[in-house]
Amino acid sequence: MKYTTVINNQCIPISQIPENSYDAFFELNVGFITDSSERHCVNYFGYPVSGNIKLICCIANDQSHDIHISSCLVKPTDILTSMSSKIFCFEKFEREIHENFGILFKGHPWLKPVRYGHDRADTLQTIANYPFYAIQSEELHEVGVGPIHAGVIEPGHFRFICNGEQILHLEIQLGYQHRGIESLFLRKKKLSERVQIAESIAGDNVVGHTLAFAAVWESLCGFRAPEELDFSRTIALELERIAIHTGDLSAACTDVAYQLGSAVFGRLRTPIINFLQEWCGNRLAKGLIRPGCNQYPFTSFLAFRLKEVLDAFEPDFDEVRRELFKMPSALSRFERTGTVTLADTLSIGSVGIAARASGLSRDIRSSHPHALFKGLKHAPIIKHHGDVYSRLQIRKQEVPQSINYLRELMHRIPECNNDKEPLGSPEPDSFAISLVEGWRGEICHCAVTDTQGELVMYKVKDPSFHNWMALAMAVRNNEISDFPICNKSFNLSYCGHDL
Amino acid sequence: MLEHIKTLYHQGRQFIPDVTVAKAPGIFRGRPVINNAKVNESDLVNICPLNAISANPVRLDLGKCSFCGECAKQFPEKINFTTDYKIAANERESLIIKEGDDAQVTINPIKVRKEIHHLFRRSLKLRQVSAGGDNSCEWELNAANNVQFDMSRFGIEFVASPRHADGIVITGPITKNMAEPLQICYDATPDPKIIVLVGTDAISGGIFADSPAIDRSFLDKYYIDLYIPGNPAHPLTIINGLLDLTRKMK
Repeated sequence: MKYTTVINNQCIPISQIPENSYDAFFELNVGFITDSSERHCVNYFGYPVSGNIKLICCIANDQSHDIHISSCLVKPTDILTSMSSKIFCFEKFEREIHENFGILFKGHPWLKPVRYGHDRADTLQTIANYPFYAIQSEELHEVGVGPIHAGVIEPGHFRFICNGEQILHLEIQLGYQHRGIESLFLRKKKLSERVQIAESIAGDNVVGHTLAFAAVWESLCGFRAPEELDFSRTIALELERIAIHTGDLSAACTDVAYQLGSAVFGRLRTPIINFLQEWCGNRLAKGLIRPGCNQYPFTSFLAFRLKEVLDAFEPDFDEVRRELFKMPSALSRFERTGTVTLADTLSIGSVGIAARASGLSRDIRSSHPHALFKGLKHAPIIKHHGDVYSRLQIRKQEVPQSINYLRELMHRIPECNNDKEPLGSPEPDSFAISLVEGWRGEICHCAVTDTQGELVMYKVKDPSFHNWMALAMAVRNNEISDFPICNKSFNLSYCGHDL
Repeated sequence: MLEHIKTLYHQGRQFIPDVTVAKAPGIFRGRPVINNAKVNESDLVNICPLNAISANPVRLDLGKCSFCGECAKQFPEKINFTTDYKIAANERESLIIKEGDDAQVTINPIKVRKEIHHLFRRSLKLRQVSAGGDNSCEWELNAANNVQFDMSRFGIEFVASPRHADGIVITGPITKNMAEPLQICYDATPDPKIIVLVGTDAISGGIFADSPAIDRSFLDKYYIDLYIPGNPAHPLTIINGLLDLTRKMK
């Protein structure tokens, strides 16, 4: 049972990751998670190595602020004991490995396809004949929603099994958004192309994913980001959080038919994203982050403008937030709706808002701080009820928290240094991992290079990968009419999941 | 109740009075202008990660452009992005900006189908289909209907069912897994109907153009009524595009 320990954004030679027999690999990683809420699996994936499959498992330890990495070499025809039979949070990772390479996991609850990728092992399985869980009963009925939804949102299929108005079971089938992101990272050779792929992983989380890509790339190249770069990235990440959280509060108001709240929160998002446009020319910050260079330095004039924007934003935000959270007709829809227990959250391995709403402190900004978060001494906002109300409370409180960080950071704007260290090219035979706390939660990117320093594996994990299961658990025993508000309170990504 | 009235008072008027002349704030990258300066054209062509630039004479295809601004940054003497957001067109060729060309991108009313002016001039209901869109264009389509841009004041709205729609709005490069649902949705929309492509991914496939996971055969089968470029398309581009398509007469 051998493993190596790294910190966030560290690059190591691939030979430094010890190779175990599958039995030792199994014992090690199951042992890590068993009865220890401070550890969770941030990534577990496979990639082909001369006819075999190399499995790499990354377990983050939030207390010691490091990541344990171990590996194992298996054959595609192997039948392995499923880690999910002991610890449920490996469930989706194993399904993904099964779908991509055909490896069978004995004892897995149900090895269903995850996203019907173009390069899946079994092309006979198609998205049109997904094996849904079904119950034969005279009393129950099924409701199918999607892939195309009523609103202007991304596609995905929801299959409810209902007892009257009550949801007994929800199964979420995704894959419609699959664009082949991970294989495109390997096919496209130019850095300028790769960074645009990273920007397209999830258009509502551009800063988070591009930041993770930039951090992986820079650590592969042995480039240390100067302070000015870290500064503008931290600002951008928190601006994105403020903008989307505000938009999410607007959407929650829409779903409980609180028109004024919906309109005011909706319009409050605009000055924040318009500020991003003033800064970098794009409302969603596409084009802002590039590995190794500061495309758009954060000037003192921008700081002055941002202060103006925030000064105007805060009183309006406070006013409508106070009204929303004391209005009985809204609260009665939020409270005790869509509850996920702490035990379920731990078992699913939820991250981000979904975890913090159920009393589980998971926030990369404090557990594996990147950029300038070390200095900010971030204290995660934790709620305990695990319901829609808790998830909205977190947003309501994270917005002012992020505004305070922005104000604190803007006291000292680093000078823009013109003689820059060149980025260089990636180290050969290396492995790099980056964790970023996007507004949804933890984003994890991993990369492996070959003897030429060319990418042979690029793995993206969006927080939605874990959290979709939390939504499925949340709606159980709720009325089907409460599904929209439960769904909005998570606001998960389809394209970030389907890749 | 009184507090709600207070909030209403504090918010004042949020809507943009005239969306056809509003200014896009900051360094918005809209319609580019390519001047006649001499530069190394092959370097310029190579700099574009999406192959949107072609040489001799230099042309920039807004249907392929991701508006990252890299070309204007490296060749400021050659390419300059203006804040002109009216870049929607009903002909694919109109999206190609040529060297020395400073004319606006416009909708050609002659090419607009008669029934569009006749039936959809005052009311246009659209069904949106995200087919691999990264949620950025979907975001901006939603924003086009918020209290500021307020597209529904023109009778243009998104509806929940294709049965209620006058056309479909496609975002994303069209993934293989969405090809069939998209076709079903289109077939379910009553005639006459329009097709609008929003965003670089939908118009050309964008960075996904050569991905093995997409299937764009749907677009070969039908006439496209409107192209709205952008990455994502700006709400003002979307609204002006739809207004010009349905209301601009010869």
